[in-house]
Amino acid sequence: MTPVISFSGVGLTYPGPPPVRALRDASVTVRPGEYVTVVGPSGSGKSTFLNVAGLLDRPTEGVYELDGVDVSRLRERQRAALRGQRIGFVFQSFHLLPYRTATENVALARLYAGVPRRQRATTAVEALDRVGLAHRRDALPLVLSGGERQRVAIARALAQRPSLLLCDEPTGNLDSATAENLLELLDQLCGDGLTLVVITHDRQVAARGQRTLTIRDGVLDE
Amino acid sequence: MSKGSRPSLRDLLGEALAGLAQRPARSVLTMLGTVLGTGAFVAILGLTATAAGQIDSRFTALTATEVTVEDIGGADPADTAASFPPDAAARIAGLNGVRHAGVYWPVPLSAPRFAAAPGAAADQDELTLVAAEPSALAAARPTLRAGRLYDRFHAGRGENVAVLGAAAAGRLGITRLDGHPAVFVNGTPYTVLGIIGDVQRLPDLLLSVIIPTGTALRAYQPPHEQRAKMLIETRLGAAALVASQAALALRPDAPGRFRVIAPPDPQSLRAGVTGDLNSLFLLLASISLVIGAVGIANTSLVAVLERTNEIGLRRCLGARPMHIAAQFLTESTALGLLGGLVGGSVAVAAVVGTAVLRDWTAVLAPWTVAAAPAIGAGVGLVAGVYPALRAAWIEPAAALRR
Ligand SMILES: Nc1ncnc2c1ncn2[C@@H]1O[C@H](COP(=O)(O)OP(=O)(O)OP(=O)(O)O)[C@@H](O)[C@H]1O
Ligand SMILES: [Mg+2]
Repeated sequence: MTPVISFSGVGLTYPGPPPVRALRDASVTVRPGEYVTVVGPSGSGKSTFLNVAGLLDRPTEGVYELDGVDVSRLRERQRAALRGQRIGFVFQSFHLLPYRTATENVALARLYAGVPRRQRATTAVEALDRVGLAHRRDALPLVLSGGERQRVAIARALAQRPSLLLCDEPTGNLDSATAENLLELLDQLCGDGLTLVVITHDRQVAARGQRTLTIRDGVLDE
Repeated sequence: MSKGSRPSLRDLLGEALAGLAQRPARSVLTMLGTVLGTGAFVAILGLTATAAGQIDSRFTALTATEVTVEDIGGADPADTAASFPPDAAARIAGLNGVRHAGVYWPVPLSAPRFAAAPGAAADQDELTLVAAEPSALAAARPTLRAGRLYDRFHAGRGENVAVLGAAAAGRLGITRLDGHPAVFVNGTPYTVLGIIGDVQRLPDLLLSVIIPTGTALRAYQPPHEQRAKMLIETRLGAAALVASQAALALRPDAPGRFRVIAPPDPQSLRAGVTGDLNSLFLLLASISLVIGAVGIANTSLVAVLERTNEIGLRRCLGARPMHIAAQFLTESTALGLLGGLVGGSVAVAAVVGTAVLRDWTAVLAPWTVAAAPAIGAGVGLVAGVYPALRAAWIEPAAALRR
């Protein structure tokens, strides 16, 4: 089966000054349906790894194949389309639009795919159902709890129908009980066949994955 | 794959309006410059058009259709011959756009005595005896109080008939025509055919006893000291043309014997009255528009910086740089458009209000009103270009780090 993520010798150096080698010679594959966690101390390059995997940054060396396609050579508009269609993102700070309801925030996921408004709304409602927030559809992010906000963010990622879900410290802003709830949701999504890459610095969270990658000073190890 | 990634215009508009609605107070303040600029623009054009409309209506169709031709004689002062040929009226009537044209002159009598009865010596030195062709009378647009005007046959046969101006009739004590009254000029009777109640041109006629030119030429001297004039009524818009052709049509051999007085061009009159003021105010309006543009640009730039996260998120969701640019450009354009709409509406209200207060007729060309939102949108579009580009250039990874 084609790996979802295939890094061979991927590195990223931020052009300084001084230049920062945030990711060096990373070679790793993530297969469909896998639940991979990435741990490492602060500043080790976890977010850099996620940005490269999520097509938000271009690697400065090596080859990255997403679903078997070499994406380093693609033009920006094609990378944008891939990002919108294959990859869902979940961030520590949720990144919800404050003046839009939960449904509207989730519906945004299909906007750039050119999906008509009504269909976007239907998809959004379904995605909110799936994360157990059917009763908070019309709430603004301001009145939602942290856990609920992160669920809305996950629903937004799910609405994209991605083949890969990238989460950067998804439980970072949540208390342990809420975090546990969210991790159960992630387990469930993995059970449904979604490929997950979860970045964390919490060993307990890391243990939920089938595989854990460690990153230290930009160097990635199994 | 290149297809697909394409939000509709409606979606784009929806996103832009949602963006504006997030900060209503700021949006309103940002619009202010555009509101002022477009409002000033429409108000100035509307007010000047309205004021010019007043000039126009005072300067009515009546003046605009009146041409006077004066006999100024030849270069030699001793040359007292009349310059108008006998068929002057027919020559001018042949020109395009002429309705009525006729020659008239004050009959040269040193001290005419007017009376309603043969012996009655009345002291009527204010009255004058005027010779006028029937068509000259028609061109004066008379309203008859009684009887009728004389016609070409009376004139051609040189009959002793007269028409009285209302004031002249009053002085002479002639009010009714059923007794076939006559007016005596130096003892010669003229049958009164009609009394003119009012005229729209040549108001002097109201104080006159008017006789046909043929009659005048048979009984009296031709005009010399006070020379003859011709009154021409043209169709609307034809006055300038008729005026330019009249002298040559009358006397191809000596067009210089006439002075032709045409109505002033209403266009240039209006321009003269309002031109200077207009350009000053339009300059002010343009300055407000520039200020409006700077305001929109500034606010948009701040919004881009504030919403870096949102931009990063949208890029994660598949937005291309172009989509981001389009969204911010749509926002600033919508802002300008709204400003233009508000400014235009306020200006229209101001123009109408002024007109009502002054008892004027509001004149607003549709294009000036339609121009307000268009100008506003244009200002917003131009102002939004740089912020939109800045937004499009933001790297998604950098945007999300914040
Ligand atoms: N745009 C950039 N330019 C220069 N250096 C950068 C840039 N982004 C990140 N870095 C550096 O790259 C290194 C890796 O950063 P990264 O954000 O990947 O760390 P991280 O593991 O996610 O840390 P944290 O757990 O604190 O989020 C850090 O030393 C950071 O300072
Ligand atoms: Mg990080």
